[in-house]
Amino acid sequence: MIALDISKRLRAEGGYLDLHINVRIEAGEWVTLYGPSGVGKTSTLRMLSGLMKPDKGSIIVSDTTWFDASKKVNLKPGLRNIGYVFQDFALFPNMTVRQNLEFARKKSGDGKMLTTVLDMIELADLQDQKPASLSGGQKQRVALARALVQEPKVLLLDEPLSALDPAMRFKLQEYLIRVHKEFKLTTLLVSHDISEISRLSNTVLVMEKGKIIRQGSPSQVLLRHDVSGKFKFTGVIISIEKADLMYVANVLVQDQVVRVIATAEEVSTLKPGDQVMVASKAFNPLIYKLEI
Amino acid sequence: MDWGPIYLTLKLAFATTFILLLVGIPLGNWLSRTTSWWKPLVETLVSMPLVLPPTVLGFYFLIAFGPEQFLGGWIDKWFGVKLVFSFPGLVLASVIYSLPFMVQPIHSGLSSLPNSLLEASELMGKSKWKTLLKVGLPNIKPSLLTGIILSFAHTVGEFGVVLMIGGSIPNKTRVASIAIYEEVEALNYTTAHTYSLLLLVLAFGVLLSVYLINGGYLKRFWK
Repeated sequence: MIALDISKRLRAEGGYLDLHINVRIEAGEWVTLYGPSGVGKTSTLRMLSGLMKPDKGSIIVSDTTWFDASKKVNLKPGLRNIGYVFQDFALFPNMTVRQNLEFARKKSGDGKMLTTVLDMIELADLQDQKPASLSGGQKQRVALARALVQEPKVLLLDEPLSALDPAMRFKLQEYLIRVHKEFKLTTLLVSHDISEISRLSNTVLVMEKGKIIRQGSPSQVLLRHDVSGKFKFTGVIISIEKADLMYVANVLVQDQVVRVIATAEEVSTLKPGDQVMVASKAFNPLIYKLEI
Repeated sequence: MDWGPIYLTLKLAFATTFILLLVGIPLGNWLSRTTSWWKPLVETLVSMPLVLPPTVLGFYFLIAFGPEQFLGGWIDKWFGVKLVFSFPGLVLASVIYSLPFMVQPIHSGLSSLPNSLLEASELMGKSKWKTLLKVGLPNIKPSLLTGIILSFAHTVGEFGVVLMIGGSIPNKTRVASIAIYEEVEALNYTTAHTYSLLLLVLAFGVLLSVYLINGGYLKRFWK
């Protein structure tokens, strides 16, 4: 369990941003921080990890005080047992994949952890390569593996998938889901991608100007009410056409364009570029086996 | 021909470069990390030898470390080292004189590394010192090499400082650049030519090797 109650004045574009976060996160939960750039999402992760010092407040993780401004407690980042995946991956260029992992490994830790992680994230073939020769998706996997060999309790992901194409994102989300469950992690993710958020997280914290303005399950928060559809996809509206009395919205879901019928009333609140959820309740889906 | 001055020049250059490496790494690292008010002052002091005439540096060195001066007398009394007109004095002056050539490449090399690399290492519980040795320095090899080579070459090319504080004592302080000056004054052009050519070839070879290695030409050739 993480009890986070912190304040910090950050220098921001055209003045200051007063960041104030007060939230409780249960063990094993997956929480996503969502909001525009510059609202303090990354700073929140940095303060939790100890890379940035809050001005006021406290951070208590499973009954251990990591930070308490009034008692002058500030546990070093290295002692907080955190796995951190940076936006730029931060792989050490002078070391091979395996050396990166070995450098990160705890000396007192489980000796088999490195092999387990290498297998699980399918990096065994790449272990002797240097980061410079890896693709974006491969670097991301190495960064994730390196965070895991530290045997963390808390995993912090700072927009780790933002630089990847949709297909690669999808694949890496599966790795993330798998390791979150397998290692019983409490995970905090910073993300802008709605489909990613609804797929991965239990709880979304929507941030604006240094505060949490809404929180709840992805569909609660992003749609503001529950949807009980059998099929749900999130996508972006490409265009809206008029067809006789009705309208047709072309929605990009993953890399497919889906045509959805909408009424004039529904269309009035939509415009191309909007993020939407497409849900379907009563219809008979057909299932085909794919020959791969 | 007397090889003494050439030998002495190389000895001075090696000693200076070695000490500069020991001083330059912590100093460059501190400059790249600190946000202290002292930083501009330290940066200025480190860079002073770039703009100051060597004679000015040598003059103040002479004033500070002369055996009849307080500081010079104190060092002589307690450590038994005379810093004026001696080889140790020459090394100390050279270290100060070539300081920017070592510190600046290391400083800019470490500053150009992404902060996240050092933070990642910090999150793994590594000490600052271990992070510098295993992550910082191995990733700025070209900057380190530039610092080493430039300090070495700059020390070989020293004249003014050496003349001011070392004089020209054969096998003690009479380095090649001083020897050339004296041979020319004595109209001994043949010897001056030999020394000059040696220094010219040395300087050319040293600089060429920097550009070859940092440009990645050697790697390409070996592959």
